[in-house]
Amino acid sequence: MKYVDEFRDPVKARALADRIRTAVKRMEICRHRPLQVMEVCGGHTHSIFKYGIERMLPPEIELIHGPGCPVCVLPMGRVDDCVALAEKPNVIFTTFGDAMRVPGSRKSLLQAKAGGADVRMVYSPTDALAIARANPAKEVVFFALGFETTMPSTALSILQAEREGIGNFSVFCNHITIIPTIKAILDSPELTLDGFLGPGHVSMVIGTAPYEFIARRYAKPIVISGFEPLDILQSLWMLVRQLEEGRCEVENQYQRIVAAGGNVPALTAVATVYELREFFEWRGLGSIDHSGVRIRERYARFDAERRFAVRNVVIADPKACQCGEVLKGAIKPWECKVFGRACTPETPLGALMVSSEGACAAAYSYGGVEIARLRVARSGDAVRA
Amino acid sequence: MNDRVDSLRLRPAGRRRGVVRDTCITLSHGSGGKAMRDLIDDVFVAAFDNRMLSTLEDQARLPIRELGGAACRLAFTTDSYVVDPLFFPGGDIGMLAVNGTVNDLAVGGARPLYLSCAMILEEGLDVAVLRRVVRSMADAAERAGVAIVTGDTKVVPRGAADKLFINTTGIGVIDEGIDVGVQRAQLGDAVIVNGTLGDHGATILAARGDLALEAEIASDCAPLHSLVRTMLGASADIHCLRDATRGGVATVVNEIAQSSGVCIRLDEARLPVREPVAGLCELLGLDPLYMANEGKLVAIVPREAATRVLAAMQGDPFGSDARIIGEVVDGPAGLVTMATVLGGERIVDMLVGEQLPRIC
Repeated sequence: MKYVDEFRDPVKARALADRIRTAVKRMEICRHRPLQVMEVCGGHTHSIFKYGIERMLPPEIELIHGPGCPVCVLPMGRVDDCVALAEKPNVIFTTFGDAMRVPGSRKSLLQAKAGGADVRMVYSPTDALAIARANPAKEVVFFALGFETTMPSTALSILQAEREGIGNFSVFCNHITIIPTIKAILDSPELTLDGFLGPGHVSMVIGTAPYEFIARRYAKPIVISGFEPLDILQSLWMLVRQLEEGRCEVENQYQRIVAAGGNVPALTAVATVYELREFFEWRGLGSIDHSGVRIRERYARFDAERRFAVRNVVIADPKACQCGEVLKGAIKPWECKVFGRACTPETPLGALMVSSEGACAAAYSYGGVEIARLRVARSGDAVRA
Repeated sequence: MNDRVDSLRLRPAGRRRGVVRDTCITLSHGSGGKAMRDLIDDVFVAAFDNRMLSTLEDQARLPIRELGGAACRLAFTTDSYVVDPLFFPGGDIGMLAVNGTVNDLAVGGARPLYLSCAMILEEGLDVAVLRRVVRSMADAAERAGVAIVTGDTKVVPRGAADKLFINTTGIGVIDEGIDVGVQRAQLGDAVIVNGTLGDHGATILAARGDLALEAEIASDCAPLHSLVRTMLGASADIHCLRDATRGGVATVVNEIAQSSGVCIRLDEARLPVREPVAGLCELLGLDPLYMANEGKLVAIVPREAATRVLAAMQGDPFGSDARIIGEVVDGPAGLVTMATVLGGERIVDMLVGEQLPRIC
């Protein structure tokens, strides 16, 4: 397939992996410990496991799979709020497909749908808006989630609804923002990271400037990366070069998509419609200041939280889960006690097993033969237990 | 059409055939009265055109001698079809209902002989739509050399079903000496598919129209019994055959690995996928390996017979793009892995949840 296969070329991939290997062998620091690089974005995590990129890398590089999967980090209480909204008698609840299976404390949206709630899968908020137009007697709620990547389309659909005077459309806003989250990780006392792969699609919206503080204040290099295997390998190569040369910069590997200034119309829509929340609860990470957005007062009538008095249920993460330690790179997904035992993609206990962009689900579904053996052994444990 | 089906051709009936004059289905068409008799005569009996059906007994009566000798086995299968939309590029629900059941028989190594056809119709369905679907079933049955010999029609109130659902049950005969089975895969066997992956699933997705995507793709809906006969002619010792419908090739290969207690390794670079299907999947984050097919089978063939079977398949119209995509290797029992284009190896899992609902 043109414009895709070129970025999966095995010969070029091996050449990049060889360069990375040669570079890290020269580096003094690698004699004592591996370089730790965090990919912030769940899309990267998915690609890394799907294409087996870790197995191409030398042992001197360790990838830490970051918190950038919005479905994974959605707290269970928010799912319960969704189910409560969906079960209201006059509501059509619209959602992206991958959020349907996320377990709440009682049930998932898929189970609510089976129980009679009108839950519909959409591909964008404009689909939800079309459903609202077609069903004027119903209340249509769109379940908005995601980082800056999906924020603008939700904002634009609210602005469109206002222009058209659509009164039966509202948004249950669970959008989160990446920068405060990276900052929270950098402020963590046990931090040992050497650098970051920056998210590609978020950066397409916000540009490269918001990451400058990582290089300047925290002296860590970051390379904004695309999602194909060669993108990721080239970004790692660029990052290793920075570390080798003692530079700390924001570099942009994904220049074919990401402009330095971001996407101005998208940013304008975001600034018009949303404001920062004081804090937002993340599954696996806890509360992070200013990490979520809510809909501004001016657009309150499009805000499902205000319109339906959503309860904001708070439910603690299961105690057995070690998602936080995986996210910080303290342990590997398969080193978690419940991985492959009580926690599988079919019955996820922890955040990172929920969506295929979560580190644990990606490792479980796309891991190598050694993970397969572990899975076979542990599934036996689960049966005996 | 073969002689057996031809001999069933409709003889002049002793009574006048009913005619449907309504333009849409009402509850009276399922009431058991005259309207229902007219519908059966005018739509089903006229199209399916055979004596066993036209006598309108409560059951079809099948001559034992046609079923072969005592060493043969009867294959018996059933499937329901609820695809949305009813008509799509490359096929429709009627064609699917015949080919799907024919294929379920064929991959057991059976010669398909007879089908039943039970329909659940939603009140308000356009009679012209029903006629088109039934015509398509008749054409597909003729191509597959099977007779539709018994049936049932129910009409449910508007909203209780979506337009029309079909159930077909099929009977076929497995000749002596043929023993394909999901538990027979062995170390060294080759994994063969008869063509490109995911065409049907991608077509249905594009045909739904809710994505406003246009793609040059068509369903691969096809009967596979003659291909299977050709394959068994090349080697009677084919170990496993499965048609790769819902869940796609990945799911079928997992089922075989688990039932046979073997490890199967696929080769990513060898998977045949049409460019537009690959593009659609890329865009939507779907994997063609898990996409539904309606004219594709997976064969597990002993290594020494693989070249011969592959060549025979490539000479068949429904196997021209056949290729070997993997092999049974030494590894953990029940596991499927894939050698990736980048030189790694990873698990190919069973699908968790549905990729898409109502594809067949």
